[in-house]
Amino acid sequence: MKILILGAGQVGSNVAESLVSEANDITVIDSDGVKLALLQERLDLRTLVGNASSPSVLEQAGINDTDMLLAVTQSDEVNMVACKLAASLYNTPTRIARIRSTDYLTRPELFNKDNFCVDFSICPEQILTDYISKLIEFPEALQVLQFAQGKASLVAVRAFTGGPLVGNPLSFLHSHMPHVDARVAAIFRKNSPLIPEGDTVVEEGDEIFFIAASKNIREVLKEMRRMDRPTRRVMIVGGGNIGRRLARALEQDYQVKLIEFNKKACNKLAGELAKTLVLNGDGTDEKLLQQESVDEVDVFCALTNDDENNIMSSLLAKQAGARKVIALINRSAYVDLVQGGKIDIALSPAQVTIGSLLAYVRQGDVAEVHSLRRGAAEALELVVHGDRKSSRVVGRRIDEIDLPKGATIGAVVRGDEVIMGHHDTRIEAEDHVIVFVVNKAMVKKVEKLFQVNLGFF
Amino acid sequence: MGRTLTVIHALGLMLVVFSAAYLMPLITALIYDQSEVFQDFLMAMLLTLTSGVLMWAVTYRYKGELSIRHGFLLVVVMWTGMPAFATLPLLMVLSELSFTDAYFETMSGITTTGATVLTGLDTLPSAINLWRHELNWLGGMGIIVLVVAILPLLGVGGRQLFKAETPGPMKDAALTPRIAETARNLWIVYVTITILCISSLKLAGMSWLDAVCHAFAAMGLGGFSTHDSSVGYFNSPLIEFLLMVFMLIAVINFATHFVVLRNRSIAAYRSDPEALSSLGVILASCVGIAFFLWWQGVYPEFLTALRHASFNLVSIATSSGFASVDYAQWPIFAPLWMMLLTATVASAGSTGGGIKMIRTLVLIKQAGREFVKLLHPAAVNPMKIGGQVIPNSVVFSVLGFIFLYFMVIASLTFVLLISGLDFISALTAVLASLNNCGPGLGVVGPASNYQGLTDFQTWVCTFAMLIGRLEIFTVLILFTPQFWRR
Repeated sequence: MKILILGAGQVGSNVAESLVSEANDITVIDSDGVKLALLQERLDLRTLVGNASSPSVLEQAGINDTDMLLAVTQSDEVNMVACKLAASLYNTPTRIARIRSTDYLTRPELFNKDNFCVDFSICPEQILTDYISKLIEFPEALQVLQFAQGKASLVAVRAFTGGPLVGNPLSFLHSHMPHVDARVAAIFRKNSPLIPEGDTVVEEGDEIFFIAASKNIREVLKEMRRMDRPTRRVMIVGGGNIGRRLARALEQDYQVKLIEFNKKACNKLAGELAKTLVLNGDGTDEKLLQQESVDEVDVFCALTNDDENNIMSSLLAKQAGARKVIALINRSAYVDLVQGGKIDIALSPAQVTIGSLLAYVRQGDVAEVHSLRRGAAEALELVVHGDRKSSRVVGRRIDEIDLPKGATIGAVVRGDEVIMGHHDTRIEAEDHVIVFVVNKAMVKKVEKLFQVNLGFF
Repeated sequence: MGRTLTVIHALGLMLVVFSAAYLMPLITALIYDQSEVFQDFLMAMLLTLTSGVLMWAVTYRYKGELSIRHGFLLVVVMWTGMPAFATLPLLMVLSELSFTDAYFETMSGITTTGATVLTGLDTLPSAINLWRHELNWLGGMGIIVLVVAILPLLGVGGRQLFKAETPGPMKDAALTPRIAETARNLWIVYVTITILCISSLKLAGMSWLDAVCHAFAAMGLGGFSTHDSSVGYFNSPLIEFLLMVFMLIAVINFATHFVVLRNRSIAAYRSDPEALSSLGVILASCVGIAFFLWWQGVYPEFLTALRHASFNLVSIATSSGFASVDYAQWPIFAPLWMMLLTATVASAGSTGGGIKMIRTLVLIKQAGREFVKLLHPAAVNPMKIGGQVIPNSVVFSVLGFIFLYFMVIASLTFVLLISGLDFISALTAVLASLNNCGPGLGVVGPASNYQGLTDFQTWVCTFAMLIGRLEIFTVLILFTPQFWRR
């Protein structure tokens, strides 16, 4: 696939990196030559210095035979104009733009064929905010990922003593809570995957991925570990795009304190946020943290632009007694270093947000992609089309489907109903199937399996 | 000197406009066939008109833009000059009335205070009664706002004058790009609601004259009545209810009414923090005072208590000053609570007086900010009212205003005490005058009026009304040395 990426910022370069590894031809345009040089050094792609919304630059980058335009520059306006140009002048088939301003997003008619011709808009900050909000809602979980517009969820949790399931085989789950349907999709023990069977015994320290209807998450979590008291106090360090959105999303339901270093930014934040207590200071200043009683905080989120600061301030918070600390870390080397140590959750923005883009690049009708375990595993939501003849999935029971080893069908969403993937569940056309893949190398095979055979059209 | 003449030039023009106000009592005198009164009013009108034209013509050479300083001067001169001219018909018709009392009466009218020194209101010529009420109504929205509205080519700094006359700490709410357009729209809203009020009062059983007079007094939140026993004369729950409704309308910012009418949606009321707080406080107080009166046994039935408590409370709290019963006889908590509300509940941009709800909100929020600051020294906590950030400069000006307000209350009360008035009468007379409310307690209570005061005390109250209507700064600035320094 030929893909043109506008903007070589954090989002642009992360996307480029993921897409290059999936065998695509990538061209990146940015006005900053230095950024592009860095990118080209690392990755096998073409770069072009210039204005991303200028037709001549786009032509030079080969927009005429591009399959997909990804406009992810810092500016919403440039992204929108680029999509419009691609549609009007070059007939680019798929146009995706990063749009951050809710002012635009609340008026979806702006993006239709008659106006800016944006096929899909993505907002990485919003995805990250939603992701963190879920973690705050379920402080016991390591990850909460949503499928089918939030109807079904995939939850990662570490098993601890106190959960009834620990020390018992998986089949115990069903007999222990017959009214709640949930399915364990994978278990990672000491970082290596186990294929879960009915007789697999859950041990303490196992990282369990289960799929359940979103309303049942809490009950299933109870099986895996002792529950903490629900979150009430949240402290956020860093009032940038993510911190601000998170504070706004949380301030109605939780007590939120937001620490921001820049005085001017503080004034702006305090004006925008209704209930959040905005504090001017340094997130790594232990006196400030103590003074604002960090020891009573349920969830502490370090979300500044600076990895080192995030790590240090969350370590300080954990030391001082914060119950759960989340640090935003961009450099993947740091993520591996920190995860599983004192910091409860190391969030890599690239990993969290890349899925929403990958869904558009993949073959077949992929509605949702979530990267798991730092990109090693993946969960996909695939929409099934065709009939028994043209598809290798439709009309078949799950145990009849030729899934590669390491891939499991976790659940099927049919209309509003969430059906757990048991061996005798039959797949129908237009079902959304959630597939868990423990090894990313198998993703291609899974996608192929779900594609409609040629001749269907 | 040239600038001062510019002020006189503008003043002349305003007097010419003001002389048109005599038309209504003239027509009334014709209808009721009071030819002597008609002649007196005609004379007064001609006098005002001639003085206006003279001032305007003589200083024509100095026509020009007014500086900020002279804008203040013009407003104050206008607001002292107008009541002076307005006394002419009173002095001519009521020969026994002294100038002091007549000036008090017209000042009380035009500042929408509604305090009176006249008795035997029922027997006054209809034209005189209408004149008093018309002053209430004109003063409510502001005569200068009216002039700015109808004479956009006045050649005076319209925005400056508009700001000096309109109450409230923040006056830059631009409804329309042009200040004359804004002023015109406000007057249109004002007139429309007044016409509604007149018709509903007429339907409720008042005579035309009473309906017009009481509608004027209610919309201007003045509180003059054509009867000595005020609204108690009608003894009609329906009339009391209607007046309450229109007083509550008038206590809300007219800019909000305008937005509501323009957008044809009541969303603007919900997002006006002043309106919500004012109505909330008034409603809660009505029910609370009704319970209190019922519990104290003043009224044996709760519904009667609710009726009298709500009408009198709404009337006093909105700074109108109608009365339906002698509420001074109630246990002292109730009338004092009503006096406290007078000082606080009116919205900026309404026709009411006092320190205004927005300033009250600013003060309360400022107190809250201080608490937060003590607990969280690093907190950044800007003042927000209705989701809008209020700049610190406004907070400071509000604090300055409140300080002056209380200093004025204290010093004028002392002045009245020195002159021999008792404490409750002195304090409530100052409060009622400064807040443009009308009746106080004691000697100046709802059952009596300001007739019992000495000339000196009357002048003190007159002064309090003026600075209350123009929100202290505008008047007191003339007494500062900086103002006169070049």
